Amino acid sequence: MTAYPGRIAATPRRRGVGSRIAAAGRHALGLPMLLLVVWALVATRATSRFFPDPVTIADAFVDTWVGPAFVEDVLPSLARLGLGAAASIVVGIAAGTVIGLTPWLRELLEPLLEFLRAVPPPVLIPVMMILLGITDTMKVVVIVSGAVWPILLNTIEGVRSTDSVMTETARSFRVTWWERLWFLVLPAASPRIMAGVRQALSVALILMVISEMFASSSGLGYRIAYFQRNYLIAEMWSGILLLGLVGVLLAVAFGLVERRVLRWYHGIREVHRA
Amino acid sequence: MRPSPTRRLRAVRRALLGVVGLAGFLAVWQTVPALGLIDPQYLPYVTDVLARLAEQLVDLAFWRRLGSTMTSWAIGLTVATVAAVGLGTVVGLVPFLRRATHTMVEFLRPIPSVALIPLAVLMFGIQRQAALVIIVYASFWQVFVQVIYGVADVDTVARDTALSFGLRRREQWTQLVLPTTLPYLMTGLRLAAAVALILAITAEMVIGNPGLGRMIELSRSAGDAVGLYALVVVTGLLGLAVNLVFRFVERRTLSWHQSVRGEQTP
Repeated sequence: MTAYPGRIAATPRRRGVGSRIAAAGRHALGLPMLLLVVWALVATRATSRFFPDPVTIADAFVDTWVGPAFVEDVLPSLARLGLGAAASIVVGIAAGTVIGLTPWLRELLEPLLEFLRAVPPPVLIPVMMILLGITDTMKVVVIVSGAVWPILLNTIEGVRSTDSVMTETARSFRVTWWERLWFLVLPAASPRIMAGVRQALSVALILMVISEMFASSSGLGYRIAYFQRNYLIAEMWSGILLLGLVGVLLAVAFGLVERRVLRWYHGIREVHRA
Repeated sequence: MRPSPTRRLRAVRRALLGVVGLAGFLAVWQTVPALGLIDPQYLPYVTDVLARLAEQLVDLAFWRRLGSTMTSWAIGLTVATVAAVGLGTVVGLVPFLRRATHTMVEFLRPIPSVALIPLAVLMFGIQRQAALVIIVYASFWQVFVQVIYGVADVDTVARDTALSFGLRRREQWTQLVLPTTLPYLMTGLRLAAAVALILAITAEMVIGNPGLGRMIELSRSAGDAVGLYALVVVTGLLGLAVNLVFRFVERRTLSWHQSVRGEQTP
């Protein structure tokens, strides 16, 4: 079904695979290249010290981050991010499933969760600093306490909206609780859960950076703030670049996982649309 | 299955349970320091925090800070929305631009806006403009992406129908593009409003421009736990208010749309 329109569209143009890839490449890289060139031209002409040209930033990038700084600053940051995100996913899905499947518990907690979700996550950093001191645990807890809400609430919603006919069918076939959870409830909720995880990842990244800007003497966020305070402009830009790369890689990795987990779901949507 | 109770009864039950949940949370909060599980110096009694909250509400300085934060929020959100709607409409309607900007957008969007805080401080110092850079950057993408999807989502049958009925340019905008885009735009706006508030407060905490965020940071460094917790509660209420207002606006403007109408029928 899906191959059919593709063939129609491809035939009249009679273009080879090579030229199509080239066209896609032009589209994908054309504008970024153009902007880089414009930036370089503007940066060399202008006198502003705050916007060094791309070559200087690239040099600073290699000097700053390739070497011991990678082990001392970048890896610990990423480890905290990974730990916090993983804990949020586990806690969010587990608690969300329980709450979503228990109507009275859901009604009991609903207003409270609405409020807790609405608290801007970065204000939890000072709270956790008071409660836990300036430690690695504090930073991971901060990440979890901000990133868990989108997953938790989306899981509750997803679990709740499981198709009732399917639930009753499973029940009348005496499918056990665990099997029902594993084969029906969680798959049915997975599109919502993944949407929650996507939000949670960006919150986690933000919290990783800010918690380090606030209370740390190492880490990516701390370094960038340090460079800025010492007017190391190119180094600061290279840090922003690195954070951007981390964000992009996280988004790409998530996209791959999501496509794998939700393959069946996207398949159904394709069929519906065709 | 048992016969279901009437809907009003169920709503009352829900509200009651919700209140019980909130009360339970407050009770636990009060008990933990009372039992000495956590030193009240670090987790103050909820009664103290609520008393401080009440004090704040009659304090003019508090309202000035709140106003300052919300002003940054409103300016940032407006600038981001206007820019995103303008650019998003153009990019979404021109296929060439959409293809050309795709990688750029996918690269810029995941950059955490807080990474730009040092740059914003260098450019503007400890001022509202520095906070606005962060707020606008973060909330821009939320609206922009939704508008691009929305503008490009016009139903082909509807478009062909409009063309064969000879709708004029302006009619096509109001009858075709606007109704299709509006649900997407409202979703983007709701997300952007929440994000803008988070970053308005974050910027004040990190940059130090006046507002609730800076007050939070000052209470922490002064060791004023009661004041800190009271302000955290305030930001939560603020976030809740923003969510509720934008959800209400969304439902109001989309009252004709299937997604809202479908919910109202049982």
